[in-house]
This record gives sequence, structure tokens and C-alpha cells, in this order.
Amino acid sequence: MQLTLFIIFGLIAVGGAVNLLVQRHPIYSALSLVTVMGALAGEFLLLGAEFIAFIQVIVYAGAIMVLFVFVIMVLNAGEVPRESKSRMAALIGLPVLALLAVTIIGQLAGAFSQTALGLGDYVIQTGPIGDSLFHQYLLPFEVTSVLFLVGLLGAVVLAAREPDAAPARGGEIPESLVEAGLEADIAAQEAARR
Amino acid sequence: MVPLSFYLALSAILFILGVAGFIFKQDIITVFISIELMLNGVNLAFVAFSHALRQIDGNIFVFFVMVIAAAEAAVGLAIIIAVVRNRNSLEADRMSLLRD
Repeated sequence: MQLTLFIIFGLIAVGGAVNLLVQRHPIYSALSLVTVMGALAGEFLLLGAEFIAFIQVIVYAGAIMVLFVFVIMVLNAGEVPRESKSRMAALIGLPVLALLAVTIIGQLAGAFSQTALGLGDYVIQTGPIGDSLFHQYLLPFEVTSVLFLVGLLGAVVLAAREPDAAPARGGEIPESLVEAGLEADIAAQEAARR
Repeated sequence: MVPLSFYLALSAILFILGVAGFIFKQDIITVFISIELMLNGVNLAFVAFSHALRQIDGNIFVFFVMVIAAAEAAVGLAIIIAVVRNRNSLEADRMSLLRD
């Protein structure tokens, strides 16, 4: 039963991840990632991590991916050409990646094949997580709030338009300055005509 | 009963697909999405070990990884918006200079 569910969710996750790599339009990649996250939420439920499974759906697949999709739509991102101009990625990246895959999967599958995880033999509810978060991990939790504040300010500053690049709005400029500018323009045109 | 190694293998596969996307994709948004895929793969390993060792700390770490991912997504997407506004391109190869 558990193995069947594991295989189903695992196939959905790997298929979504492969589709993420194959698709060329970023919006399809983002939606594939939502699929992967949903399948992983199922795996978390199989592992008894209820809280993590639900914040995976609510926060990760809900909030963060909405941010991605929103940015893709704001930028009006289309397909980009597939060919990379540098061959270093293919020449060095592919063998190193294959080596990494063989090493990690080989080592992990070999080392932990004896430990078996049963369905429901260790269920972590939300209460103990909050208890641990506000006692043992209180300092990291508070530091996280500062990190979020800095991230918020950084995002606002980085995404804001530079003052020079932004076209000045008429309403914000005092009328007298506008009239002075217009008069200067008219004077310059008359000077050019003479 | 599922062996722990199955979960770890799935986690490693997702991580390596994320690395592959990070290396080979040309689109900076997709590169960024690949980073999220890597984080998800690592989260699965955390939860699997948390279950196997009967320790709650793995779940706490996944919580912190999600928090960091949210902050990183906000800042990173702001950087992408700023870069695309300056260059009018999403291709990673064109972003080899720090200035215009």
C-alpha cells in the first residue's frame, strides 16, 4: 500500500521535474514545479509530516509559485533559444553531473537500504513542531523575521524604477517650473528660428 | 514498508534534475525555478531522515528551508525584474557583465 503510493507520487514528481527541464516556455516550467510540489506533499504525508505537507501546499505551491507566475507574466516572458553559446556547460557539466548522480544515488541507496519506514509509525503533529520552534529553535526563528524584513526591503529597492529612468509625472512637478520650462523651450525655438 | 533508500534516491533524482536545469537552461527564470526544485529535493531527504531517526528536527529544518526559499524568491525575482528592465532579455548568456 505504502510502496504503491510512494511509487505513484514519485513518478509524478520525477515526471514533473523532467517536464520542467524539457519545456521551453517559463510558465510551463513553473506549473511543472507546482506538480512536483504537490506530489512531494503526498510523500510528506506518507512520512507522517502533516504540518510540512500542508505548508508545502499552502506556502510553497500557493504563495511562492504565485510570485513566480506573477513575475513571468509581468515580464511577458516568452521562449528563449535553446542553444547555449558556451560549450563548457555541455563538455564539463554533463560528465560531472553524471558522476554526481551515480555517486549520490549509489551511496544513498547502498547505505540506507536496511532502514524501512512504515506508514503511520511516526506521525509528527503541529503541536510538537510549535513547541520545538518556540523553545529550542527560538533564536533562529527570530533571526528569520529579521531576514524577512531585509528581504522585503531588498525586493522593494531592487524592483523599484530608478528615478532617472522613470518618466516624471505632470502632477508632481510644480506648475511654475513647468511654465518656466515651457517658456525656455519657446525661447530656444525662437532663437533657433532666427 | 518502504526502505529509506527509496526516499533518498527520489530526493537525489530531484536534486540532480535541478542541477541539470541550473546548468543547461538558458532562461534565467527557469534557472531560478531549478533552484527551487533542488530545495524541494533536499526537503524530502530531511523529512525522510526525520522519520527514520524519530527526531522532529528534520521537520523544523524543512520549515526554515521554506522560509529561506520565500525570502530568496522575493529578492531573486526583484533582481530578475531589474536585470530584464536593463537588458530586455531573459537569456543567461547575455548577462555576463555587471554593468550595461
